[in-house]
Amino acid sequence: MIEIRWHGRGGQGAKTASQLLADAAFMSGKYVQSFPEYGPERSGAPITAYNRISDERCSIHSNIYEPNYVVVVDETLLESVDVAAGVKENGAVIVNTSKSPEEIKPLLKGYTGRVCTIDARAISLSCLGAYFPNTPMLAAVVAVSNCVDKDKFLTDMEGSYRHKFAKKPQVVEGNLKCLKTAMEEVRG
Amino acid sequence: MSIRERLSGNEAVATAIRQINPDVFAMFPITPSTEIPQYVAQYVADGKVDTEFICVESEHSAMSACLGAEAAGVRAVTATSSAGLSYMNEVLYVAGSLRLPVVLAVACRALTGPININHDYSDSFAERDSGFIQLYAENNQEVYDNYLMAHRIAEHPDVRLPLMVCEDGFITSHAIENIELEEDAAVKAFVGEYNPENYLLKKENPLAVGPYGVSAYYMEARVAQAQAMINAKKVILDVAADFEKTFGRKYGFFEAYKMEDAEVAMVIMGSSAGTAKVAVDELRAQGIKAGLVKLRVFRPFPGEELAAVLQNCKAVAVMDKSEGFSACGGPLFAETAGACINLDKRPKMIDIVFGLGGRDFTVDAAKGVFNRLENIVKTGKTGPVYTHMGQRG
Repeated sequence: MIEIRWHGRGGQGAKTASQLLADAAFMSGKYVQSFPEYGPERSGAPITAYNRISDERCSIHSNIYEPNYVVVVDETLLESVDVAAGVKENGAVIVNTSKSPEEIKPLLKGYTGRVCTIDARAISLSCLGAYFPNTPMLAAVVAVSNCVDKDKFLTDMEGSYRHKFAKKPQVVEGNLKCLKTAMEEVRG
Repeated sequence: MSIRERLSGNEAVATAIRQINPDVFAMFPITPSTEIPQYVAQYVADGKVDTEFICVESEHSAMSACLGAEAAGVRAVTATSSAGLSYMNEVLYVAGSLRLPVVLAVACRALTGPININHDYSDSFAERDSGFIQLYAENNQEVYDNYLMAHRIAEHPDVRLPLMVCEDGFITSHAIENIELEEDAAVKAFVGEYNPENYLLKKENPLAVGPYGVSAYYMEARVAQAQAMINAKKVILDVAADFEKTFGRKYGFFEAYKMEDAEVAMVIMGSSAGTAKVAVDELRAQGIKAGLVKLRVFRPFPGEELAAVLQNCKAVAVMDKSEGFSACGGPLFAETAGACINLDKRPKMIDIVFGLGGRDFTVDAAKGVFNRLENIVKTGKTGPVYTHMGQRG
């Protein structure tokens, strides 16, 4: 079983990203969980979302304290949230930033494991012309964790984009390019 | 053929509603149940159902609208949570006593205060005396399946009682998980049409609904209602048996998990039971005879059956996810202990109030409960009977 914790801010779509990952894993035949942890919701407040991905149905319904992977959608959270808490030894923390993993590591409060970085803003702006961090972050977590077969992932996502954007086929290519670029450009 | 899908608990409930296509949905929103009317509104807009979708101005009115529709002889449903359910309180009792089989989806959420949107059973447990049948679910699959069974139980001529399909707010209502859906036609065939024997608008047999009950008649009505709740026990099992035959998934009053030879056991409900099962498995691997009973049906309370499955245990923890402020234990404990009172040999029994307002319950926390039970068995001392778990200090 792979457990993933997402850190974002209300409105950035960390919950949606965790749902997209669950969709991708579901399409590849896995059992999935995607669930948010809600506080007093407001735009910009730190929020957490979770994924479990497994070959058998998982009956655990608690939050995740020792994730395999952590995804940080907004790097300003590094100042206020201990995002690396409990990350498993062979896991990784994946941060949306223009900085390198070496620059991010000292900000992770004593965390000594693997750090990956992805400039989701630059990729999103160049491929989509607007800032939607979800798509590149989703691709980055798939690339780093291998929780879903990469080729199958791209094929399934293309199918779901073609379905979702049936009336706007011009955005399909941008989203796919966004995914592929993020999978190539994730560092660390 | 089942359909492999992934849905949240709320979408699972809405899907069941779409498949059943009830005559009336009365809607007033409240977190975390709001998505249910949102989805149903979309089905109405898309022409997928021909349900009369009534936007009312409060939960009191939502339940009242359901009563009116049911009294007129059609299927009426709604959904709510927390303070919304409390605001229905008066009308819930009317539904029960008028014997109107309204089906109410509840995404269970804490009651104020402090104000909180997260899960516990304060809301639904507070309505335990309202005359509603109450079914609880561990996950999205179970809430979907319970909904498919709900109308047949509630509308059965031996029962004719309203019914709550309860799910855990956020933990189930907002968690997307795999689910096996059934084909629309198979669901419709299983649930069937609603043809009440008597109703307000039946011209051959006009009916008075809700008249005053003088003392000379009131008690007979209440005893008949109590008998209906007793009758519901058999109907719940019969419908579950037919459900298993039709769709292959098995349900009863509760799920007895590794209880055959259990020495230490938990009585627990909802999503926490799934988490506790992993603790049972891990303890079993260490040779500890742990088990759990996941209660699905809280009203009617299956006291005899529960006592029978607990009687050979040495120590039992009842896990209460609502604080009844009785100063001597939560509601589930009181009823479980009461059910065991006439056993010749009883387990030692403790009550643990946990998970209030969404406080997380982990596998380690469940193991901690079993350790406490092991200690009771070892020392022969029950210790404090009524405690809280997971809070600071």
